Amino acid sequence: MIFPKIKVLKSHGWQYIPDLNDVTLTEEFRGRPVLSLTNDMSDVEAAAKMCPTGAISTAPFALDMGRCMFCGECALRAPKNIQFTNDYKIGSTSREALIIKPGDESVNFHPENIRTEIPKLFGRALKLRQVSAGGDASVEMELNATGNVNFDFCRYGVEFVASPRHADGVVITGPISTNMAEALDICYNSIPDPKVVIVCGSEACSGGLHAASRAIDRRFFERYNVDLWLPGAPTHPMTFIDGVMNMLNLKKR
Amino acid sequence: MNYYITDNLAGSVSLKDIPEVEYAALYNDLKERLKQDSYHVAHYFATPDGNRLRFYILLLDDAAHKVMVASFSMEYYEDVALPSLTALHPALHVYEREISELYNVEFDSMPWNKPLRFPFNRRNRNSTMDNYPFYTIEGESLHEVNVGPIHAGIIEPGAFRFVCNGENVLHLEIALGYQHRGVEQAFCSTENHLRQTLLAEGIAGDSAVSHATAYATTIEKLCGKRASTALDVERTVALELERMAMHIADTGALSMDVGYQLGQVACEALRTMTINTTQAWCGNRFGKGLIRPCGTNKPLTAEKVEMIRTNVKEIRRRYNEVREDIKSSPTLLSRFEECGIVPKAEMQRIGGVGMAARASGVKRDIRASHPYAAYSTEIAHENIVKRQGDVMSRLMIRSREVLQSADYIEQLLASYTPTELSRPDYEAELAAEALSFSMVEGWRGEICHVAITDNKGAISTYKVKDPSLHNWLALAIAVRGEGISDFPICNKSFNLSYCGHDL
Repeated sequence: MIFPKIKVLKSHGWQYIPDLNDVTLTEEFRGRPVLSLTNDMSDVEAAAKMCPTGAISTAPFALDMGRCMFCGECALRAPKNIQFTNDYKIGSTSREALIIKPGDESVNFHPENIRTEIPKLFGRALKLRQVSAGGDASVEMELNATGNVNFDFCRYGVEFVASPRHADGVVITGPISTNMAEALDICYNSIPDPKVVIVCGSEACSGGLHAASRAIDRRFFERYNVDLWLPGAPTHPMTFIDGVMNMLNLKKR
Repeated sequence: MNYYITDNLAGSVSLKDIPEVEYAALYNDLKERLKQDSYHVAHYFATPDGNRLRFYILLLDDAAHKVMVASFSMEYYEDVALPSLTALHPALHVYEREISELYNVEFDSMPWNKPLRFPFNRRNRNSTMDNYPFYTIEGESLHEVNVGPIHAGIIEPGAFRFVCNGENVLHLEIALGYQHRGVEQAFCSTENHLRQTLLAEGIAGDSAVSHATAYATTIEKLCGKRASTALDVERTVALELERMAMHIADTGALSMDVGYQLGQVACEALRTMTINTTQAWCGNRFGKGLIRPCGTNKPLTAEKVEMIRTNVKEIRRRYNEVREDIKSSPTLLSRFEECGIVPKAEMQRIGGVGMAARASGVKRDIRASHPYAAYSTEIAHENIVKRQGDVMSRLMIRSREVLQSADYIEQLLASYTPTELSRPDYEAELAAEALSFSMVEGWRGEICHVAITDNKGAISTYKVKDPSLHNWLALAIAVRGEGISDFPICNKSFNLSYCGHDL
C-alpha cells in the first residue's frame, strides 16, 4: 500500500514553477498581438471582414483584445500587418488599454488607476469569489489551474473562496447570460466593501462571440466599476497571475 | 415505417429525400423499436418551416451502424396534443421538453413536462428561472437543501434542490438554464464559417476539440469535401488528447474530494502536461484553433509528432502509477465503491450516453457503433465497459480510457509521416435544402450536431446535442439513497457540462 504511493511521489517530483515572474510560454501560444502599418492595407481589410467578433478596426488600424478570441486567423490572412506574440502580460486596469495600435510593444497596465487601499489591504491576502455567467468552462478551468501544483498562486495569498461573504472581490467569467445576471448582482452585493472586480476572458470583457445575443445582459458593467480586465480565450493562468500581481503592487510590468 | 437510411460518414441528405410520415406511425414505430437496446435517438427537434412546424428525428441503429432519419409536420398554431413518447421511453424527455418550451407543442400525458433551459426565445415568458417547478415531497422528517446557482468551487452555475431525510437524499432535482447564451441561434445569424467554428469551440470549452470536429464534419458534408486520411488522423490525435486531459483532470478532482492529495497533485501535473502538449501543437491549452472545416492551420510537423509521442508515453506511465495506487488504497475504495449507483436498466431507460453509460454496462460509444475519422479506418475501437455503475466504475472507465487513448495516439503517430494538408475553407458553398449531421464521441459521450440549409445554402437551423443533456438525469438518480455528503464525488464522477446543456 505504501510502495505505489512512493512510486507516484517519485515520478511526480517537483512540479511547481519556482519563479512566477520568470515564465516564458511556448512559441505557439497566441498572446499580445503586434500590429504594423503597410502601404497596402487590403489584407487588413480582409482580416477585419472575417474576424468573428469584429475586433479589428481599419481606420485607424487597431485590434481590441477585449473582443479578440485569439484564433489567430487574422495573422494568417494579414501576416505583414498582424502577428501574435507569446507575451501573456495582456491584462490592464483600463478597458481602452486592451486596444492594440500599430507599434505598441506592451500592454499598458495603468497602475495609476488602482485604488490606494487595494494593495494596502489585499497585498498579502486576496480572497476571491468566482462567478461564471455563461462562461464555457475553459476560463473557469484556467482559474482553477492558478491554484494547482504547477502555478501555486496561493503562495502570494491569492485564493478562491466558497462564499462571497468571505471574499474581497469577484472574478467574472462569461458574457453574462440574462439567466445569471441577477445571481451575479446578488453575489457582488454580498461581498463586503472595499472590493475588487476582475473580469476574466474576452467573453466577459466584451461579450465576445455572444455580444449581440439576446440571451445576455451586460448591465452589470453600467452599475459597477471594473478594477482589472483580463482578455484571453481562455485567459491563460499566467495572464491572471501577472494581472493580479500588478494590481496588488507585487510587481511592475 | 419509412426512414431515410444513412450513416455517420455519408454526405448530407437532400430535404426532399427525407420521408414525411404521420406522427401516429412514428409513435407506433418508436414505441416498439426503442424497447431494444440497439436503438436510441440521437436527436429529435422541431423547427419552423414556412407556416408549418417540422419535426426531424435521427434514430441510431447501433447494431447495423446506421442512422435513420424521418420527419413529420404540423400547423404552426395547431392546437393538437401529440401523445407523449416520454411516457413510454423516458429517454426522450429532453427532446419533448425542448420542443414544448420553444413552440408550445403539447405532449399528451408527458410525465415530466418542465422547462429545460429557459431560452430567450421560449414561448412562455412567464416561465422564469425563479419559478422552476421543483418536485417536492411533504413529510415531517424531511427537509430541502438548495445549492446554487453559484457553487462553492470555480465551476459553472446550476441549481440543485435536494429533498433529504436526515442525511439521506430522497430526491435531487437539477434546474439548469443559467448558462444559456443562444448558441444555436447564433449559428444561424451568421454565414461566417470561421465565426461558426469558434461558436462550436465555445459550446463547452472542455470539449472544444470534439464540438469543433462535429461542426467541421457537418459543414464538410454540406460542401461535399471529405477530410483526407491524414487530416482524420490528426483530428483523432487531438480528440484523444482532449479525452486524456479531461479524464486525468477528473481523476484528480475525485482524488481531491476524498482527501487523497497525492493523486490530486499528481493528476493536476499530468493534466497540465497533457494540455501543454496540445498548446505546443496549436497554441491553445484546450485545442481551440486546431480543428477547422476542410483543413487545418496547424498541421503536425515531424518535431511535433515526436513531442506528442514522448509526452504521451510519459503521461501514460505516470498516470498508470496513480491508477495502481488508487486500486491498492482501501480508504479510497471504501469511498468510491458502491456509491452513486446507476443500474444498467435505469441508465438505458433514461438514455444515458458515453462513459457514464459504459460504467453502467450500456455499450454506447460512437467510435465503435458509428465510426468516423480514424476510427473508421486505422483504429477498430473496442468499448471499455463496466457493470456496477458506481463512482468507482466511472473512475475505472476513465482511467482505462486514458491508457487506451495514449495507445491510440501512439498507434496513429508511430507510422505517421506529416504531409501537406489543405488549409481551412470558410467560404465553401453549402448544399441548399439539405440536412447534415455529425456524431463524435467526446470524452463525456455522444455529441451530435445537425444543420439544415435553406434554398440559398445558408444554415437556417443548427442543433447541438452535448452528452450532458442526457446524463444530468443520471446524476440525479445516482445520488438517490446516498448520504448528501457523497454528492460531490458523485457529481465529479460524471463531471457534466452546464453550458453544453444550456447552449
